[in-house]
Amino acid sequence: MADKLAFELVAPERLLASLEVDMVVAPGAEGDFGVLPLHAPLVSLLRPGVIRVYEGDKVTKRVFVAGGFAEVNVRGLSILAEEAEPVEEIDLEEARERLRNAEEDLADAREPSEAERARLERAVAVARARVEAVENPV
Amino acid sequence: MPSLKDLRNRIASVKQTRKITSAMKLVAASKLRRAQAQAEASRPYAARMAEIMGNLAAGVADLPEAPKLLSGTGKEEVHLLVVMTADRGLCGGFNSSIVRAARQRIARLRADNKEVKLLCVGRKGRDMLRREYGDIIIDYIAGVAGKRRMEYADARMIADRIATLFDAGEFDVCTLLFNRFRSVISQVVTFRQIIPVEPPEAEKPEDEAGAIYEFEPEESVILGELLPRNLAVQVYGALVENAAGEQGARMAAMDSATRNSGEMIHRLTLHYNRTRQAQITKELIEIISGAEAL
Repeated sequence: MADKLAFELVAPERLLASLEVDMVVAPGAEGDFGVLPLHAPLVSLLRPGVIRVYEGDKVTKRVFVAGGFAEVNVRGLSILAEEAEPVEEIDLEEARERLRNAEEDLADAREPSEAERARLERAVAVARARVEAVENPV
Repeated sequence: MPSLKDLRNRIASVKQTRKITSAMKLVAASKLRRAQAQAEASRPYAARMAEIMGNLAAGVADLPEAPKLLSGTGKEEVHLLVVMTADRGLCGGFNSSIVRAARQRIARLRADNKEVKLLCVGRKGRDMLRREYGDIIIDYIAGVAGKRRMEYADARMIADRIATLFDAGEFDVCTLLFNRFRSVISQVVTFRQIIPVEPPEAEKPEDEAGAIYEFEPEESVILGELLPRNLAVQVYGALVENAAGEQGARMAAMDSATRNSGEMIHRLTLHYNRTRQAQITKELIEIISGAEAL
């Protein structure tokens, strides 16, 4: 049986990656989880964070996702992400700028509706996770 | 009887038209390639999404606390038709076939005493429906269909709009109406019901039957996140198909227009030459008979 894990990362507009890897660590909504070959079937929500792809003991790829879903089945792991970019392509200055803007938007919003507030808070959380992805490589 | 000058002008003008239609055909062909590539690229996501939906929905749909987006409001009194057309014309029957299908659907729903509301995406559809159904068009989303690239963000915007209307109790059933791209010469008008979700008939490989999934967090929470996204993915799929269909239809329409103008030029040229010869002959006869009379 498979001693490699089939890993797919898809965005709505295209397939971003389709690889055979040893392990993937994904930022689950209730904590990071690792997926090895032959993992039990699982569906999980993802929080904004970094997906780490392992070949052997080394991390070969770090991809930032702004949230999404992970599904593990017998064929492997698929991650559905709405926004994804490799960590090394994120510009730290630009990421900080975006975080500042998001925080300002949230602070400036006067009496936002509940949905509006949730949206702004989410934008801040994504921007913060994006900065952290660059600042603290794991 | 048109004079020679009229004929010459006519031929020149048809030639100009042919230049324009053949250029439009080439442009449509290259846009079509891009649109098709995009449609293909969007498929994996939609397929995975449908898979997860299938896994989740089966278990949750029957529960009383199932989200409304999945199970509907329990009524089907008010229907929302999302009519997706192009922003531009000159693409054969592309827009009019969607509008015709929309009219038929509206008439049928009204015959069943249902209320119908319309949401138009794309300018042409709104223009054609406005006169007859202006009072039931509740929203119009412009500038999406004409873009060089369909952006997922646009689809999400439309989906959010639909979800907001649904939460406000504006309608019970929502159906997308768009042209599915089958091939360059054939687009199929398609109705796709998105609220309530029709359970996707997920065909599963044998070895997966009965696979028991763990859910993290629990199913209903995931479903709550998944449903709005599924809406956006469905809308996105329809937008992308529509864009490819529009370019395909335009390409076919412009191709036949180019061919027709070629034929017309041929016919006019023949006519022009005959007329010219006839006139020369006539003038010769006049000269000769004038000379003989002397």
